[in-house]
Amino acid sequence: MELFVPFTLATWLIALNHEPANDRVVLLPSADGRAGAVQLSTAKGELLLAQPFAAAEASADGNLTGSTADGPSVQARYGDTLAALPARPVSFTVYYLSGSAEALTAESAGQLDALKAELLRRPVPEIVVVGHTDRVGSQADNDVLSLARAGMVRQRLLDSGVKAQSMEIAGRGERELAVDTADEVAESRNRRVEIIVR
Amino acid sequence: MNIKVIAVAVLLALPAQAEEAAGMIKTAQGKVEVVRGGQRLPAGPGFAVMQADKVQTGAASSVGITLRDNTLLSAGANSSLSLDQYAFNPTTHQGRIDASLKRGTLSVISGKIAKTSPDAVHFRTTAVTLGVRGTEFILEAHGEDD
Repeated sequence: MELFVPFTLATWLIALNHEPANDRVVLLPSADGRAGAVQLSTAKGELLLAQPFAAAEASADGNLTGSTADGPSVQARYGDTLAALPARPVSFTVYYLSGSAEALTAESAGQLDALKAELLRRPVPEIVVVGHTDRVGSQADNDVLSLARAGMVRQRLLDSGVKAQSMEIAGRGERELAVDTADEVAESRNRRVEIIVR
Repeated sequence: MNIKVIAVAVLLALPAQAEEAAGMIKTAQGKVEVVRGGQRLPAGPGFAVMQADKVQTGAASSVGITLRDNTLLSAGANSSLSLDQYAFNPTTHQGRIDASLKRGTLSVISGKIAKTSPDAVHFRTTAVTLGVRGTEFILEAHGEDD
């Protein structure tokens, strides 16, 4: 009996060692407050994680077990991984006068200093300049106009000595309205260019 | 509207979309390598990550990557992450992400693609596939590296 206990413990430890560890998933609370979700599927089943800190383990043969994590346990196990996340992108917005790709409103000019400060905070900053229009005109025309606005802002940034690892442009046309309107409604808050720093 | 300016802007935008990176390494600690076409490349901040790249970290190492659609990824020590498929249209925000974590740990803050095309973002381990709908999460894998 004295020998039996250490023997079984040793056998159990060896067995544990050979058992592949389960894969794990933890849903984190989103910074923007939106309720996200992750749908898990394995060979044996499905599980939806939709609450902050909802967690699950998946065994190598596909068994899913749901559980709940918390902030301290996530930090203890994954703190180093989370610390390596790149800084979240930040965006600056400038506004346009109606139907124009060139004329910026007066209050948009002052954002350059804030933009330059943000670039200095990041290791290898990239800029993406994204143009938007209101719903006056066709979608195709607005795609062209929004890209042109982005191109003009890009040129202004270059002229102002803004330097980044790269500076791309994109035109979203009327797909991403700041203020929802019916078609063909002129809305100054939708005629804008976002300067995204990441 | 100045048509000439618009035409130039459109032309300038086109070549950039041909052979585009999927993202860029922003943070790196310790040993970080990218396996591309059989080659093992040392990688650090500023390194452009392409579709089909495999990003690997050593002991006490980590890497952080920002993808073109603003998806943020970070992998902890002893990790192996493959960016199997990546496509992003900056006009429509449609695209696709297929990534697999063979081993190690991965944290993800989803970006524009998950917002526009929620059924087009998948992260996998050997045991489980995650369909991602606009969220932040952690994944830990214990599979064999190939």
